[in-house]
Amino acid sequence: MTRAFRWLFPHPLLTLLLAVVWTLLQNGVTAGMVVFGLILGIIIPRITAAWWPDIPSRFHVGRMMSYMVLVLWDILVANVQVAWIVLTRPNSKLRPAWVVVPLDLRQPEAITVLAGTITLTPGTVSTDLSSDGHSLLVHTLDTDDPDGVRDEIKQRYERRLKEIFE
Amino acid sequence: MTIELIAVVAIGVCLLIGAFFMFVGVIGMLKFNDSMTRLHAPTKVSTMGVGALLLASFIHSYTFGDGSLIQLLVMGFLFVTAPISANFFGKVNLHHGSCEPPPKPIQDETWATLNVPEADREIVVQEDA
Repeated sequence: MTRAFRWLFPHPLLTLLLAVVWTLLQNGVTAGMVVFGLILGIIIPRITAAWWPDIPSRFHVGRMMSYMVLVLWDILVANVQVAWIVLTRPNSKLRPAWVVVPLDLRQPEAITVLAGTITLTPGTVSTDLSSDGHSLLVHTLDTDDPDGVRDEIKQRYERRLKEIFE
Repeated sequence: MTIELIAVVAIGVCLLIGAFFMFVGVIGMLKFNDSMTRLHAPTKVSTMGVGALLLASFIHSYTFGDGSLIQLLVMGFLFVTAPISANFFGKVNLHHGSCEPPPKPIQDETWATLNVPEADREIVVQEDA
């Protein structure tokens, strides 16, 4: 029974998400479209299961929500800071730097979310992962303290992602 | 009536904020002289700029005419896909060496983009020349 369920729904949350996205795309909730969304939500994870074999063992939806609110707030603050840098700082006084962030996270999904968060926050872009996935290369637009940026990323985002995925 | 007035003001403010951040993004794109720093401009445009414009469209659709949630969807897709393209631009810069060489990773040998097998390195050199 469990095996049949696992075969039919390799990613139960993805099934739900696809159904919700499909319904939102229709711009109005009708029974037919919800059913069709569910059908898509079953077919798409099934035929793409080969490319995503391991599901994350644990995933806290509630903590993910509060994480998203935190990230949105950080994006707002960082946007204003970076806009100020763009408008007032001449190129010669800009201090761009590479920051190497050692990763404690091991799940690929968690690392993807962390890299995405870093890029979405203006001022930092995650550029590359090391060959075995133990550290992340981040480019910062303007900083006088690269170690501080690294510690903030670890403290603010990675610790929370660890709680979400582990 | 008053609700409509408040909505119109809110839409106007959102449009202004969105346009401002778009503008700053474009200035950043033109002003920065290094391919890596230039990459920082579009992240601002795609988050704050498009976000504020979509919020304006969201308020408009709910005040006048039928509300729609598609704006939220656009926002979601944008936030999921924008980091991927930025990541690839960064990888291309690393690959071409058109930026400051990055420091060594902490635990591993090298960065994934620079981790080219010995046999393939010559092909890259030939293509560049």
